[in-house]
Amino acid sequence: MDNATSSEAVHEGLAHAPVRVMSARVKLGTRLVNLYSRRELWRNLVISDIRIKYKGSALGLLWSMLNPAFTLGIYYLVFSVVLKNGYPNYVIFLFSGLIVWNMFQNSVFSATGVIVDRAGLVKKVSFPREILPLANVGSAMIYFFIQLVVLVIFLFVFHHAPEWNMLAILPITFLSLCLFAAAVSMVMSAFTVYMRDMKHLMEVLLQLWFWLSPVVYSYSNSLATQLATYHLKFLYFMNPMALVVLTFQRAFYVNTEVHQTTGTHPLIHMLPVWAPSSFLLLNLAMLAVMATLFLIALVIFGRLEGNFESEL
Amino acid sequence: MKTTVVEVAGVSKSFKIHYERHQSLKERLLHPRTGHSEDFSALKDISFTMEEGETVGIIGHNGSGKSTLLKCICGVLQPTSGEIRLRGSLAALLELGAGFQLELSGRDNVYLYGTMLGFSKKRVDQIFDDIVAFSEIEHFIDTPVKFYSSGMYVRLAFAVAVNVNPDILVVDEVLAVGDERFQAKCIDRIRFFQEEGRAILLVTHSADQIRALASRAIVLESGLMIANGNVADSLRIFREHLLGDTPSNEINEHQSGDVHIDSLTTPTGSFDVQSGASMHFDVHVTSATAYSGNFVMEIFTRGGVLVSRSDPQSSPINLRPGHNTIGIDLPNIPLLDGVFDINVGVVDPRGSNVKAWGEKVATMQVTYGGREGGLVELDASIRQL
Repeated sequence: MDNATSSEAVHEGLAHAPVRVMSARVKLGTRLVNLYSRRELWRNLVISDIRIKYKGSALGLLWSMLNPAFTLGIYYLVFSVVLKNGYPNYVIFLFSGLIVWNMFQNSVFSATGVIVDRAGLVKKVSFPREILPLANVGSAMIYFFIQLVVLVIFLFVFHHAPEWNMLAILPITFLSLCLFAAAVSMVMSAFTVYMRDMKHLMEVLLQLWFWLSPVVYSYSNSLATQLATYHLKFLYFMNPMALVVLTFQRAFYVNTEVHQTTGTHPLIHMLPVWAPSSFLLLNLAMLAVMATLFLIALVIFGRLEGNFESEL
Repeated sequence: MKTTVVEVAGVSKSFKIHYERHQSLKERLLHPRTGHSEDFSALKDISFTMEEGETVGIIGHNGSGKSTLLKCICGVLQPTSGEIRLRGSLAALLELGAGFQLELSGRDNVYLYGTMLGFSKKRVDQIFDDIVAFSEIEHFIDTPVKFYSSGMYVRLAFAVAVNVNPDILVVDEVLAVGDERFQAKCIDRIRFFQEEGRAILLVTHSADQIRALASRAIVLESGLMIANGNVADSLRIFREHLLGDTPSNEINEHQSGDVHIDSLTTPTGSFDVQSGASMHFDVHVTSATAYSGNFVMEIFTRGGVLVSRSDPQSSPINLRPGHNTIGIDLPNIPLLDGVFDINVGVVDPRGSNVKAWGEKVATMQVTYGGREGGLVELDASIRQL
């Protein structure tokens, strides 16, 4: 070890080192700076999260593809083969919504219990606690990209072209999705510390939420149509997942109206017929809302984390 | 000028104590009012500063708030009011291996724990070999830590924390882990940190450890800081107030009852002695009432190493009301040359509470003409057989 030089350097720098303040309330700006400065920890937590999840399983990371593939197969069997919904290229339709939903559900579900599960760590080591739920969002992002690759493969297999100018909007949509998942994950992980029921409640809530979002059925069959008759369509879009799912379906599935192969009505509108420019505007608005939501979630988390030590 | 690295400004921390914990929704709905809680003040308005190069010991018995204070400084807990300002990097040895993931290998855990302590991957890369060498688990570094023995686990965690070379090292009674050889290695590393001029905050309830390592000591009692000064004074206060018969919040009065150690004298008035010679001490003790207890004497080097502590069980005393003199005979003092501090005290018959304590009541100087080195003359005879 080069003690002499390194310790000299340490001492020279010490007088100018930034001062860290610990007090009852950490300001939002400080929280964000702290989070950014600990991004390496975040990355390490994401990697270890994925490693632990697939440790000892023979297929490893392949499961993150196989798992949604089975779900996809089941929904396809039920809705396309048994119930004969008649959507052409139903696999593409289903998968473009499902990967988005999986990303959200994976983050929220794993993050809900994360603070409680890692109590030993939270009580003993100092780091911004919100990194734990955010790491769950991080690993869900990795699974999302893996599944996205599968979707692209499907597009090739089915000779299905995406709508190119809609694809350009997707990064904005994805960012909104990440921010939203992060916000919900943070708040849920903190709530669970005070009320352990959250984990079970979340399981049920996520199911309900899934069936409210137009993933397995088309927008035209969704609640939005009924709400529209009462001029309450905006209520449907209070669920951010609706717009996220629709944008992804529109980009990959493209077809806004299809000639049904079965059923009584030969022509149905599967997706909103808005122009890509409207999608862009809606998505930009959603991004602004989600960013605000993320900051609010950080503040809520900060309020709740003060008593973690005594509640865990 | 020395840089202030830790500044604790008016820190208080209170906890809610739940008598009945209702953590599930059902319980909360069924008992909206019960499960009352009470505020408990663990720390009350603590303020002190610490400069680079200082080793500060925090001493206090269980429940005095020392661990809470430490957790606030490390950022594990947020103070209820007040602020803590830190300059430079900090590594805490609160509970070793708390950040470890059982399923991951030692190598992965070193990186995870390192970044958790706030150090960059690059920094951990640089010192990875040192960490492994220090922890002595070279062969198992790629084995999942769930297969480690508890000793290996702790050694690895300690190795990470001390090898990242933090500006401030916080140690909480972790020196009690590992075998004796590893403990010695840890103490060595702490001394090395001291030589480098890093700041160390040491929490313990062992007076010996504070004496051996710290340059200053803070005494906590029931969340209050009742002393902050040089080690000898703080330890005297610790002994008198904390180990006294009735632990009390009053700081200055209350001399733990009625026994007081006045002075320690020698018949000649001189405390200089030749090594190997004998010595007699008279300890003057005033007692308000008759008291039967035990007497104890400690001898320390100037460096804070305990040379000897007499056995209180073999020295019972019966104090009369008023002035008492207790004689101590030291035959054939085997100490080599040096200056030694003497502590004396009266403890209760069970030996668990200190009735009166005199920290450094006298200093004796030993001169030695022989050629042996170290602390004591063993007069070993060495010959070839």
